[in-house]
Amino acid sequence: MASSGTTATSTTRLSGGAAWQETRGNGEPALVVRDLRKVYQGGTEALKGVSFDMPAGDFLALLGPNGAGKTTVIGILTGLVHKSSGTVSVFGEDIDRHHQAARRHIGVVPQELNFNIFERVIDIVVNQAGYYGIPRSVALPRAEALLEQLSLHDKLGDRSRNLSGGMKRRLMIARALIHQPRLLILDEPTAGVDVELRRGMWDFLRQLTAGGTTILMTTHYLEEAEQLANHVAIINRGAIVADGTVKGILSRLHTEAVTVELAEEKAEAAATLLAAYRPRVVEPGILDIEIDSKATIGPAIAALEAAGIGVKMVRSKSGRLEEVFMRLTSGEAA
Amino acid sequence: MTPFETWISFYTIVRKDIVRIVRIWPQTFLPAVVTSVLYFLIFGTVLGSRIGEFQGVDFVAFVVPGLIMLAVVTNAFSNVAFVMFSSKFFARNIDELLVSPTPPSIIVAGFVASGIVRGIGVGVLVFLTSIPFAGLSIHSLPVVLVFLILTSLALSLGGLINGIHAQSIDGINIIPTFVLTPLVYLGGIFYSVEALPSFWQGVTHANPIFYIVDGFRYGFLGISDTPLLLSGGVLLAVSAVLGLIAWYEIRSGLRLKQ
Repeated sequence: MASSGTTATSTTRLSGGAAWQETRGNGEPALVVRDLRKVYQGGTEALKGVSFDMPAGDFLALLGPNGAGKTTVIGILTGLVHKSSGTVSVFGEDIDRHHQAARRHIGVVPQELNFNIFERVIDIVVNQAGYYGIPRSVALPRAEALLEQLSLHDKLGDRSRNLSGGMKRRLMIARALIHQPRLLILDEPTAGVDVELRRGMWDFLRQLTAGGTTILMTTHYLEEAEQLANHVAIINRGAIVADGTVKGILSRLHTEAVTVELAEEKAEAAATLLAAYRPRVVEPGILDIEIDSKATIGPAIAALEAAGIGVKMVRSKSGRLEEVFMRLTSGEAA
Repeated sequence: MTPFETWISFYTIVRKDIVRIVRIWPQTFLPAVVTSVLYFLIFGTVLGSRIGEFQGVDFVAFVVPGLIMLAVVTNAFSNVAFVMFSSKFFARNIDELLVSPTPPSIIVAGFVASGIVRGIGVGVLVFLTSIPFAGLSIHSLPVVLVFLILTSLALSLGGLINGIHAQSIDGINIIPTFVLTPLVYLGGIFYSVEALPSFWQGVTHANPIFYIVDGFRYGFLGISDTPLLLSGGVLLAVSAVLGLIAWYEIRSGLRLKQ
């Protein structure tokens, strides 16, 4: 997979933690979902009035446990699931009244593989372009370029059944992008793929979002959401229980988690000194502490240095979203 | 979509299936040819010489139009039924179309057009196979072509509806095996309806396949049991009704969307 060269930009954006409306949005709404409800045949109420917005250029991670309603939301956005009520507009196009225009804006990478395994890789992508009215003469070079970007250039003529699992997922990304959608929807794109491929996909998605593509992604990997998204919505039992920036949602914890790496293996002694900071020894030379959101880390470091314990490095702890997620989806107030 | 974009989408659907049909020709074209050779051997060489003439023509020439139609009917129907069923049931690649801006009418037209191509292709092959046994005789080429196209159209639409409703692979085999084939055999492939008792003549006239075989036979031999316009009208009416049903079902996402 091609290296993005945008990692630094994305990291800055994420660590900067500015509101997504300010950092990514240009004011134009990419997606407006209002009071979306879905009751399946048999009476299962999958969505109970879901509402959220995405400005153009946004990268939204839609999180939720299994059965929360994530895939139902995506199904409705892409026209594969009938909604019971509510409205959805994509770049100003209502999915009911202007469904053709709305669909042009959307590219979708589903959770399950859904291409004909007997077709050739290049044909799957080019045919998808055809369904959007793009002639083969335009689609072929575009498909070749996309497949090259996704490191599938040597598989163009192969039957898709011969691809590995990771290649099949990349093929679905190429297929979703062939008509150059403004909104890319990915339903758990990295589920079951190895770490290297996942990192490669992250780079590719960062490249896309840097180029202005709005991305909505569902994922079970909270680290993925923290790494990629500037906007997170958590859905649980068919309702949105949190919606905002990663930083904003993390602030619900009222504390910041910090990893302190010591110059020597004195984590136990440091933990005793910093008892007020709820310390947890990770390794003999590393401990995690929690700092009140309104406080600073200065006094803690000063206390360590006063006791002759040198501080080698201090870094913000990742993976905290998981903690909020667990609290919100288990019904505990965050 | 603009008319040009709509055409591209239609062309893509049809091209994709024709590539498939040609790629697997031993499954799509060969069986009809082999079966037809057997029919022509039996009814031409073995039985035909004993039966002699039927309604003024050699018996083997009499059965040629019906046997061509048997192949056209089953192939046009099964092709579309299988493609629709497999794309919604196995690979779920029907979603590729359903998420696109392609209108439902173009999805129907695309699936049906490839069914027509296969129906006509198989019909032509069976016709060519018949020439060594029955000779080359066409009374009216336009009538032959119109019935070939209309039959493929009607049966492709039927196959599409069957594919949409089928819940298992058995669901797309039952109708060709237990409905279509008996209707074709009882539609006058091997006999004239005039040879039947009046009750069975009435029953035969309720069989839509009878009109297909009868009209097609007129195109080949210039003989028919019913007026040509009636046969053509029945085919057109059946096609129109099936077309509306297929369009409605694709548009509403019946059994395709949740």
